[in-house]
Amino acid sequence: MSVDAATVRRIAHLARIAVSEGEVPHLQGELNAMLAFVEQLSEVNVEGVEPMTSVTPMQMKKRQDVVNDGGIADDIVANAPATEGHFFLVPKVVE
Amino acid sequence: MTDLTSLTLAEARKGLAAKTFTSLELTDAHLNAIEAARVLNAFVMETPDRARDMAKTVDEKIAKGEGGPLAGIPLGIKDLFATKGVRTTACSKILGNFVPTYESTITSQLWRDGAVMLGKLNNDEFAMGSANETSCFGPVGNPWRRDGSNTTLVPGGSSGGSASAVAALLCMGATATDTGGSIRQPAAFTATVGIKPTYGRCSRWGIVAFASSLDQAGPIARSVRDSAMLLRSMAGHDPKDTTSVDMPVPDYEAAIGKSVKGIKIGIPKEYRLDGMPAEIEKLWSEGAAWLKAAGAELVEVSLPHTKYALPAYYIVAPAEASSNLARYDGVRYGLREQGRNINELYENTRAEGFGAEVRRRIMIGTYVLSAGYYDAYYLRAQKVRTLIKKDFEDCFAQGVDAILTPATPSAAFGIGEKGGADPVEMYLNDIFTVTVNMAGLPGIAVPAGKDAQGLPLGLQLIGRPFDEETLFSLGEVIEQAAGRFTPARWW
Repeated sequence: MSVDAATVRRIAHLARIAVSEGEVPHLQGELNAMLAFVEQLSEVNVEGVEPMTSVTPMQMKKRQDVVNDGGIADDIVANAPATEGHFFLVPKVVE
Repeated sequence: MTDLTSLTLAEARKGLAAKTFTSLELTDAHLNAIEAARVLNAFVMETPDRARDMAKTVDEKIAKGEGGPLAGIPLGIKDLFATKGVRTTACSKILGNFVPTYESTITSQLWRDGAVMLGKLNNDEFAMGSANETSCFGPVGNPWRRDGSNTTLVPGGSSGGSASAVAALLCMGATATDTGGSIRQPAAFTATVGIKPTYGRCSRWGIVAFASSLDQAGPIARSVRDSAMLLRSMAGHDPKDTTSVDMPVPDYEAAIGKSVKGIKIGIPKEYRLDGMPAEIEKLWSEGAAWLKAAGAELVEVSLPHTKYALPAYYIVAPAEASSNLARYDGVRYGLREQGRNINELYENTRAEGFGAEVRRRIMIGTYVLSAGYYDAYYLRAQKVRTLIKKDFEDCFAQGVDAILTPATPSAAFGIGEKGGADPVEMYLNDIFTVTVNMAGLPGIAVPAGKDAQGLPLGLQLIGRPFDEETLFSLGEVIEQAAGRFTPARWW
């Protein structure tokens, strides 16, 4: 499989990465090189094989459903580029 | 007094305990070495004041007989580990001036045991690379050069700063991380020892995530014993990482010098690649002969799905990365580029903040997870991963205790020499190491010799899950036979 220019633009939008028209052909070439490389997986017989979900066999650990941390709003917003009090600031989202 | 920076960690521990020198003296010697080696670009942030403060505090503890297992030992920390109050960037512009308000579990355990932080080490952006060329702080120089040449070579990646700093005697050991070979390949390129432990052995909490089902931290050091000492402090259960295992941490150092008599070593025939340099082939046979001479038993094994590990990795790792890196949105931390609306803000921030390699991997990951392609790519790759793991399980079921392979398909190369036209050329660096991440196994790279141009080459040993001890025992045999290698200083 390979991607065309329209697919490159669609993927870029899904990934929320701005791509200029000039970058599209180059990216298309690189993505197609990677897709060509992974194409060899199609020759593997995977019939009846379970997809891996956990590389080490382990029971999913569960925690008590209790509050065990908190009161660190200052820490959480400390590195934000724009804040007001304990809120993150973004451009208007809801009209 | 001999130059304190040339001691191994084990030798320094002895000297500190005997009060031959203090941690402050040891730390100052390393800070001076770092300053004189800035041309290598191994450190992206030096923390001399913090280092001296930590050293003074630990000196007082040593005086009272309260020093921990790493008391007074100066270390470098890969910039992927969150360090409280010290800028942590993953060497990406998108994290900008991010200063964590918390400490990673691994580094907090190192400080608990008395280690001293010298600074933060360079790496490929978000650990995506095999040459340390994708860092937003620029490439790192390898302290090794070809005989009679002035060309600066890459130290490998993604833990290039860690490997370079340890090889150049700028720190006694370093933290590193390994998603497809990022500890073992740079270790091989710089004649240092690097171990990626079993998935789950070390906590991933507080380490910038790349591909969560493959990422695992480990040390880079100058001897097998030093790496065993560091891993003991780094490993252990952490309730904050649900994939970390609740198993006791063995005294890894006790495995050093243990007899390897009767240990069964597999030599996988699929690792004998067409066009592999004769020097690597020779090194591999030599390594096998050393282990045999020490009493190990050699047996040819087959890992039939080896050739599919790298292509499967380049689906699984980018897929997980595209999901993990969705958090860099220009809102909560790091860089922000303005836009007319929230979507433009995201898109502009991520276009400006991520480098070319990271953007490429996010896009591939987004594609293979997108509607209509998930089954063909991602699901198939996860099935192939099951088969890769089964290859190893079959080997171990036949009584094989460890597997010996070359660590890399070549020695270090020049900056800008690879991957310019085709990204896959760079990816092939990890051909021998990536299988180990796909199967969650432990793997160690140990220096074993030099090529005709005088560059170091390493061997890799792969072990059963949670049997790092056997790797240390076998690694020590190789180190004893091959000797240790130090680069001639040119910087």
